[in-house]
Amino acid sequence: MELDGKCPTGPIETRWDRHKFELKLISPANKRKYTILVVGSGLAGASASATLAELGYNVKCYCYQDSPRRAHSIAAQGGINAAKNYQNDGDSVYRLFYDTVKGGDFRSRESNVYRLAQLSVDIIDHCVAQGIPFAREYGGVLANRSFGGALVSRTFYARGQTGQQLLLGAYQAMQRQIAAGRLIMFPRHEMLELVVVNGQARGIVTRNLINGKIESHVGDAVVLATGGYGNVYYLSTMAKGANATAIWRAYRKGALFANPCFTQIHPTCIPVSGEYQSKLTLMSESLRNDGRIWVPLKKGDTRPPNEIPEEERDYYLERMYPAYGNLVPRDIASRAAKRVCDEGRGVGPGGYGVYLDFRDAIQRLGVSVIRERYGNLFEMYERLTGEDPYKVPMRIYPAIHYTMGGLWVDYNLMSTIPGLFVIGEANFSDHGANRLGASALMQGLADGYFIVPYTVGHYLASVKLEKVSTDQAEFRDAQREVADRIRKLLSIRGRRTVDSLHRELGKLLWEYCGMARNAQGLQYALKKIPELREEFWSNVNVLGSGEEFNQALERAGRVADYMELAELICHDALHRNESCGGHFREEYQTPEGEALRNDAEYAYVAAWEFTGVGNPPRLHKEPLVFEYVKPTERSYK
Amino acid sequence: MRIILHVWRQKNASQPGRMVRYELNNVNPHMSFLEMLDVLNEELTQKGEEPIAFDHDCREGICGMCGFMINGRAHGPLEGATVCQLHMRHFKDGDELWLEPFRARAFPIIRDLAVDRSALDRLIAAGGYISVNAGSAPDANAIPVPKQAAEKAMDAAACIGCGACVAQCPNAAAALFLGAKVSHLGLLPQGQPERYQRVLKMVTQAALEGFGHCTNVGECEAVCPKRIKLEVIARLNRDYLVATLKHIGVKETVEAGVG
Repeated sequence: MELDGKCPTGPIETRWDRHKFELKLISPANKRKYTILVVGSGLAGASASATLAELGYNVKCYCYQDSPRRAHSIAAQGGINAAKNYQNDGDSVYRLFYDTVKGGDFRSRESNVYRLAQLSVDIIDHCVAQGIPFAREYGGVLANRSFGGALVSRTFYARGQTGQQLLLGAYQAMQRQIAAGRLIMFPRHEMLELVVVNGQARGIVTRNLINGKIESHVGDAVVLATGGYGNVYYLSTMAKGANATAIWRAYRKGALFANPCFTQIHPTCIPVSGEYQSKLTLMSESLRNDGRIWVPLKKGDTRPPNEIPEEERDYYLERMYPAYGNLVPRDIASRAAKRVCDEGRGVGPGGYGVYLDFRDAIQRLGVSVIRERYGNLFEMYERLTGEDPYKVPMRIYPAIHYTMGGLWVDYNLMSTIPGLFVIGEANFSDHGANRLGASALMQGLADGYFIVPYTVGHYLASVKLEKVSTDQAEFRDAQREVADRIRKLLSIRGRRTVDSLHRELGKLLWEYCGMARNAQGLQYALKKIPELREEFWSNVNVLGSGEEFNQALERAGRVADYMELAELICHDALHRNESCGGHFREEYQTPEGEALRNDAEYAYVAAWEFTGVGNPPRLHKEPLVFEYVKPTERSYK
Repeated sequence: MRIILHVWRQKNASQPGRMVRYELNNVNPHMSFLEMLDVLNEELTQKGEEPIAFDHDCREGICGMCGFMINGRAHGPLEGATVCQLHMRHFKDGDELWLEPFRARAFPIIRDLAVDRSALDRLIAAGGYISVNAGSAPDANAIPVPKQAAEKAMDAAACIGCGACVAQCPNAAAALFLGAKVSHLGLLPQGQPERYQRVLKMVTQAALEGFGHCTNVGECEAVCPKRIKLEVIARLNRDYLVATLKHIGVKETVEAGVG
């Protein structure tokens, strides 16, 4: 298969504008004749649903939660980047583009990233018009802060609840369209299959989570906005229900899955406290603006942090990366934390933690300023740990947080299945091998408000769509497959709970395909995962029936898909014989322990094709060309 | 720690429910409340008993999906926190706890501790937004917003829509929820054009959904996990009064029997 990203050529500054002009339009009177199915209601899904409905399309949106406002974008704390240069500190669209390509360790598409940087400006305008209560200065203008991987202040924020406010803005825009009758919302509906007719994505099969009804829905295009797949690791900062089923079903139907091994491990999360732990909680990266990260200089130093004198502390990020200090990108900060803990200098129970200390910032700025900036985060930390971060440094450790990989899409955000669009974290497109802080919100909203509304229209205007109905074979078959699978899950009645199998898979993946990977470990994981999958399908215990509200059954279906996805992640990690961004292969590092890229052999997108469960996936390559930002060793020193 | 739970078990909306007693003998004080229920559910599953259904998602106090009553208090005893943020260290060895779903006419039960709160979505659909299509916005700094207004708006906008205010209110009123949205948007310059229409439409919808009237009891404020202040209800009432005095939307309110 020839993989064509369909990126425009010519001067990068005008690529999107020229491309937009070339996109075909549908007249306002004809838009209402089309129905678009949007799966997921986070920033990408909600903004796409609202905008497509504003344009006049019929939109149906599905989410597994009880309301679209619950989607996990809501938990994003720190902020959203935009190249406004309101601080007059030298920012520009080009600089945001440059920082993002470099931050992604030269594994993203220049055309996509440039467009993202351009649209960042429109997003802020739109969100302010929607009434998002961003932080302000006393003069009434918008405030900014800085984030990892950048030397300018371009992050807009609403306390530590930026994701919440942006999502509520998009959610309210959706509710307005629901009231106008152009959008129908299906909460507590989970997409369990994609329906492809004549090679085009024409519908989905869902399960009503309240009564278990399996239903088919027909559309002229399908937009997947179902987020990332970090929960394959069991412990992550994702919401408990966030899952990969929608993108996995699409992968099994022929959509390619790109760069699955590019997973982001966030440096500042609250460490694991016990076996019962159900999820990990992120502490916003914005804390690194004022907090200093350190561990004791000596191994096994068990003194309380406040009794360790200054000269016996190692502010290792400031020492190793003096230019960026505590604000190095996430992959670098995470690996450095792992390194000092592996040396035996970690703190807290189990020794897997580092301090994030606000003592100096409190001395410099006063408690009230720190409370204003981070009050809700400090409170959240205290609730979880029972420790007061105003008095004792926080303890943090890296955790799975975001997945840069996802379904492969072209410049129009369309997958390899015509009519199937993938937006937000669910696609692979903009962050390369590492995402910079405050860029996920930016990408979700750029895709949903300003890209997919144009490109879906272009697709609909360019193709011939036959009339389809849920009575035809493709829908009936898909519905039957879904029902059979549910019956099978309920019939095993083995001895292990869904969670225990999921936890085992997660541990395996974290151990061998987590912060550091090597060929031997990955080969071992590739041997163990099929065994665990076998164990799942022969020994899982799901009680109750499929015709009722059954949360264990919901989880079982998701974990069944993780049992396949985990294998793909390891295949990808094993094949990529280089270190880049979040993918760190121990065999490929510089003498100082930094990631060693191999641009000659691996400057491509690895897009995998499904060939059957248990069979090795087929690799397709999309070469990456860098005309503007020349690949160099990523230095934050 | 030893904890005794009495949990409301109800298979679905059409079958009667009852309290069931469970004894947990090995509760770790560092566990969250929901992790304790996870552990109980694992044990129940192993014994062949169906696990307890409860809504939850982010487990960090922001999505608003979790929530039930613990000893008659929405989200339990910890002030300013959702039940997913509540940890077992706040309880004593041997404590006996009664868990019930949020109860309100507008929140029909689904199963066990899970209820249907889609009425709250419909309140927002009635007018809880600023009408602006993507693409039509002026530059973000074109309209200065006083810092104080932005902060106050943010205080109100912090609402997570969990429904605890409704569940705790003896009238099952949604006044705190409505007040939060009406205040958030009404405090900002962008929200002015629709300010009075908004309050009328939202209050009218609340009556249609079966939420009660506010009688200023204040229990909503006491249990709100985001510490939304009663002040937002004062703002709601003020805007509602101004709207009716200006005779905006009188027809709709009369038809719905509000006011």
